[in-house]
Amino acid sequence: MAQGNPATTMDEFMKGLWRENPVFVMLIGMCPTMAVSNTVINSLAMGACAIFVLVMSSAVVSLIRKLVPKEVRIATFIVVIATLVTIVDYVMQYISLPLYQALGVFIPLIVVNCIILARAEVFASRNNVWLSSVDALGMGVGFTFALLCLGTVREIIGKGAILGIPLFGPNFEPWSVMVLPPGGFFTLGSWLLFFNWLRERRARKLKKAE
Amino acid sequence: MDQSVWEILFNAAIVNNFVLSMFLGICPFLGVSGKIDTGLRMGLAVIFVMLVSSSCAYGINVLLLRFHAEYLRLICYIAVIASAVQLVEMFIKKFSPALFRALGIFLPLITTNCAILAVALFQTMREYSFVQAFAFSFGGGVGFTLSLIIMSGLREQLDLADVPSVVRGAALGLLLAGILSLAFMGFAGIGG
Repeated sequence: MAQGNPATTMDEFMKGLWRENPVFVMLIGMCPTMAVSNTVINSLAMGACAIFVLVMSSAVVSLIRKLVPKEVRIATFIVVIATLVTIVDYVMQYISLPLYQALGVFIPLIVVNCIILARAEVFASRNNVWLSSVDALGMGVGFTFALLCLGTVREIIGKGAILGIPLFGPNFEPWSVMVLPPGGFFTLGSWLLFFNWLRERRARKLKKAE
Repeated sequence: MDQSVWEILFNAAIVNNFVLSMFLGICPFLGVSGKIDTGLRMGLAVIFVMLVSSSCAYGINVLLLRFHAEYLRLICYIAVIASAVQLVEMFIKKFSPALFRALGIFLPLITTNCAILAVALFQTMREYSFVQAFAFSFGGGVGFTLSLIIMSGLREQLDLADVPSVVRGAALGLLLAGILSLAFMGFAGIGG
């Protein structure tokens, strides 16, 4: 395998970050994406948890990929992921209780996040440890990037602040709806609209160039 | 927790609707809801699995508390859900092949529906009794089915409409869901 080849490694990383971004392109892992992205700090915390679980689970799955019989592989992957998430659950409680309460049920729900199981099944069970970890890291960073895209917009409009620092002064009336559930749907919908528009514009330009 | 059963049921189904106000089970909500018919079937399968897995999870939790092994909770729950789905699948296949064919790929997919695991986790967190837990999971399932049906009804109509190409696909679905979610916020004052 291309263990030391920097081009392939970089490619695997960028794939997760942009070309196959789990949220914006593949539309998986939506539940935590919208539920916790109401502020920037929540987005960052969720992203960090997801990156940890993704990278560790991909590495472990890739290590044991030759030992696990094919019939029980999904069950094995889920047990590996659930163990890692339990660790994250306890560590988060220790690091910051308010943050843990803000993320709430969505930390244990990382277990059923489709991104993690998909990476284990599609990539880690077929590639070596190094490539799998890089792929998982790319996906995790892509996921965090998407969370931040949502979180920034929602916090600025919904609370008139960023990272808790007020931006607009006392006369600004925040659109509280953006921090509430409907805001999550609207923001992600608008981002998708924006990306669709970019894609169409590029396609039109290519056509003109021909 | 001394809420009445009806209160819990109504809260879970309408006021704190799983899909529209708690963001659980968005993947099937956006993926499956193309036709009313499939939406309804998917919803029924989810209600069924929810009831089975939440009853099992209640039993498991009692056992784990007795042996002081709460750290195993998450692993046990996910194992229970996966096997419940498997059991339900075999049961339906045996007793109603027609229904089995109709549900098709949806059944195994339910394992990764986060609403199911969330029901088990919430009922543990809020320390519901067995009857309350049953009502909660039933209400949650009904709420999920309700939102799936509303969404697929809207989608069916939209297929006939002439929308700009930029909006087509997931973006439109999400904007619609946002509007629906706004509407469901109107219930917030009723149960709390």
